[in-house]
Amino acid sequence: MKPYPFSGQKDPILRKWALLLLSACAIPVRAGTGMEVLTQPGIAGTLVLLGIVLFVAVLVIAARVDRLLRTLKRGRNGTNGTGRHARSSYRLQGDELGGTAASDDPRGLVEQAVSEPDIPLVDEKKRSRQRLEVPAELRKLVIWYLAAAVGWLVLGTLVGQYVGMKFVWPDMDQVPWLSFGRLRPVHTNTVFWGWTSLAMIGLGYFVVARTSGTTVHSYRMGWWAWGLINLSVVAGNLCLMAGINNGGGEYREYIWPAMLPFALGLILTFRNFYRTVAARRIGEIYISNWYILAALVWTIVLATIGYLPWYQNGLGETVIQGYYMHQGVGMWFMTFTLGLLYYYLPSALNKPIHSYSLGVLAFWTQMLFYTMIGTHHFVFAPLPWWLQTVAIVFSAGMFIPVVAGTTNFLMTMRGSWRAIGNSYVLPFFLVAVVFYFVGSTQGSLQAFRFTNHLWHFTDFNVAHSHMTMYGIVAFALWACMYAVLPRITGREPSQLLVGAHFWMAFVGLFAYMISLMAGGTIKGLQWMDGKPFVDTVTGTRPFWAWRAIGGSLMFLSHLLFAWNFRTMVRGARTAVPVTGQAVHPDPIIPVRPHAELP
Amino acid sequence: MLNFHKDHRNLVNVALLVFVLLSMGIAIMPASALSDGTQPLPDMPKMTPEQRRGLEVYVAENCAACHTQQVRNIAMDKPWGARPSIPSDYAYSKQRLDVWRASPSVLGSERTGPDLTNVGQRQPGAQWHLLHLYDPRMVVKGSIMPRYGWLFEETAHPAADAVVVPVPKERLSDTAHVVVATPKALDLVAYLTSLRQAPLPDGTAPAFLPSPRGPEKAEQGTGGDAAADGEALFKGTCSACHQSEGQGLAGAFPPLAGSPIVNAEDPTQMLSIVLGGYDARAEYGVMPPQAAQFTDAQIAAVATYVRSHFGNKAPAVEPGAVAPLRAQIAPETLIVP
Repeated sequence: MKPYPFSGQKDPILRKWALLLLSACAIPVRAGTGMEVLTQPGIAGTLVLLGIVLFVAVLVIAARVDRLLRTLKRGRNGTNGTGRHARSSYRLQGDELGGTAASDDPRGLVEQAVSEPDIPLVDEKKRSRQRLEVPAELRKLVIWYLAAAVGWLVLGTLVGQYVGMKFVWPDMDQVPWLSFGRLRPVHTNTVFWGWTSLAMIGLGYFVVARTSGTTVHSYRMGWWAWGLINLSVVAGNLCLMAGINNGGGEYREYIWPAMLPFALGLILTFRNFYRTVAARRIGEIYISNWYILAALVWTIVLATIGYLPWYQNGLGETVIQGYYMHQGVGMWFMTFTLGLLYYYLPSALNKPIHSYSLGVLAFWTQMLFYTMIGTHHFVFAPLPWWLQTVAIVFSAGMFIPVVAGTTNFLMTMRGSWRAIGNSYVLPFFLVAVVFYFVGSTQGSLQAFRFTNHLWHFTDFNVAHSHMTMYGIVAFALWACMYAVLPRITGREPSQLLVGAHFWMAFVGLFAYMISLMAGGTIKGLQWMDGKPFVDTVTGTRPFWAWRAIGGSLMFLSHLLFAWNFRTMVRGARTAVPVTGQAVHPDPIIPVRPHAELP
Repeated sequence: MLNFHKDHRNLVNVALLVFVLLSMGIAIMPASALSDGTQPLPDMPKMTPEQRRGLEVYVAENCAACHTQQVRNIAMDKPWGARPSIPSDYAYSKQRLDVWRASPSVLGSERTGPDLTNVGQRQPGAQWHLLHLYDPRMVVKGSIMPRYGWLFEETAHPAADAVVVPVPKERLSDTAHVVVATPKALDLVAYLTSLRQAPLPDGTAPAFLPSPRGPEKAEQGTGGDAAADGEALFKGTCSACHQSEGQGLAGAFPPLAGSPIVNAEDPTQMLSIVLGGYDARAEYGVMPPQAAQFTDAQIAAVATYVRSHFGNKAPAVEPGAVAPLRAQIAPETLIVP
């Protein structure tokens, strides 16, 4: 028998696996057992995507364990009994090579060498490379933006954790200001406008100034925007808890007088960034600035459309609601975060982004596809059928920018995989990039009509939004903050605590997502089968309990993160000042010639 | 001309312009068409001032975080309404609230609690709603809805016109006290009980799309057109007050288990109460009439279910026994063949 072209002796195991996989797909599924759901493309796709995340997590853990084992093995070799104590207790005196004369160490090679890592449990990670000289005003501005963001993160997720617990213990309190309906938007708006927005803008200031090779246009404007945005979150939350909201449309629950300062803050920020980019010292506009400037412009338009009243009676409001809530995520958080990744990821790897053109392609397709898909939040609702169909079709089109972006980031990381094991920053980037692919693609699949039958209105939606806003955006922001803060303050966090932050956030998110996805799927199937509603509520309780457990881990990780942040900006015992030489332009800019582009 | 890589002005302007154009097409224009081009149905009652204030309470407490108000055009939404929702259903409720607040986003995106499109039809009793708001778990055991205690007052001296909520005495801090509904609670209940789908002329309602799980599954829900399922009807409607085992709720809703009316050989009195409602006993809440909600077959099915469960042992009820009573008690609900 003629062998298959790929059936060389090299990988019979691979072939066996492929056969096994194929036969698993071919198992006939009996109707009515619940199994036929698995053959739906939307569901099968989601399962594959979740598998990808698990796979990556297993790879990272395996790499870590491997290193640990090898270290232990090295430690055991060469001990044959004689003189073992002398060998194991031998310590370098520090003068074996250079005698006792003072060393001349202008590059900090000796100064930075560590013979006793402070963490005996895990590998010592590389320290932050080099201290960057940045203007003191810029450093202060960035730190204050990030500090406010961290405060809102802790508060916002504390509220989130509290409302999550109310699913398990609905009688926890009897205070109107703390009731579920009022607190839920406090959670979402605080993490949106407080944590994520302030963190993005703060990190954005650094990107805009660095990649333009100039200083920020106006620090005063930056401080004004800082005040306005914080004011908006404080005022908006107080109103929500007092029972004053804008009619309950998600993510625009703040009444317009409370949202106005936020919009003004965005306008000031845009003007400031735009002027800074306009005053750049290099010809090209770095790709990050495309995303960041566009995110600001689009969000200003979006907030205006979301709050103007003239077309928002009856179901007009519903059309705008779908448009607004989705673009809030897509045009603001996602676009801005991508802009940050295009700077901080290559900068952390110390090499240019893989493909500039792919970044440009992702930019324009992001604008074209993302704008059209808002109505996928209202599939089967009494909105025009063509609007729903457009939303579903363009949701599928989101594959293009997502694949372009993911490819670009992964290709940039290619060749540096070893660095991931050695860095406390890169795992955050890796998780963000993997979730960018998984979360966005899963969202596209969720827009299909069948998946809407199954998942719409269930807890699955909540899982999806945490997968994206947390898995992508929050992990990306943490990556950027751990990457840049030590380099501008010269203070590093404890590596053990950064690791603890990473794993608690990651495991917590996984528990959160999987429990709600499973619970939501079961609930959707029961609804389709016509089970009495209240039975589907009591049936979801165990999943809500697991969600609360995952949420607790996430919240605790934020407390660690807040501590790490404090270490990085205030300095603590574990923080060793990074010495090194000053300013040279970012090695990643300008990227590469691209004369072939218009 | 359009060198985006070097000309920041062009880059930003094009990004802005294209986004605005796309937004006009996908959001503002369809929204305007729905906003201006929607009229209320001829049979839809306007909101009373009381219901309108109730809607404001509904918005302030953000009930839409957990409750949808949209019957989607798919079979699995049949328990929530007789027909899929249409834009005209929202012509009165979704208007801008005032200068500060937009049109309420009542369609919702999460169904943590039941859909409320037709809750006034399903649960017409104000007393049930008041008790449920005071403590949802008193009337629906598995509920996780918050208690809205701040919409009520506990007092020893209720005003003469106060609406007293039939909370069992052992729930109160002092047995001499009673629970009184505040105007906010009454407004909210007025709004909730007003939520019911206006009828459309025969044949004009949009159809439900079949369930992808197969038609036999879709028809199992309450309110399906298949053979009336007494158990599902009881769980969907009656058990809210009479409780899951027919044991009732002392001081609020009478038990059906062991009730002499239920167990009577002749079902006439029981069927009369179901069809026409009942408010003769001061110690219990009002039984709302069900004639308009259910067909003869459905009423017979649920009566048979109740008469043969919870320890009750009375003969089954034929649909034919309901028809003459309906003609007598609620002739307006007779369906002319």
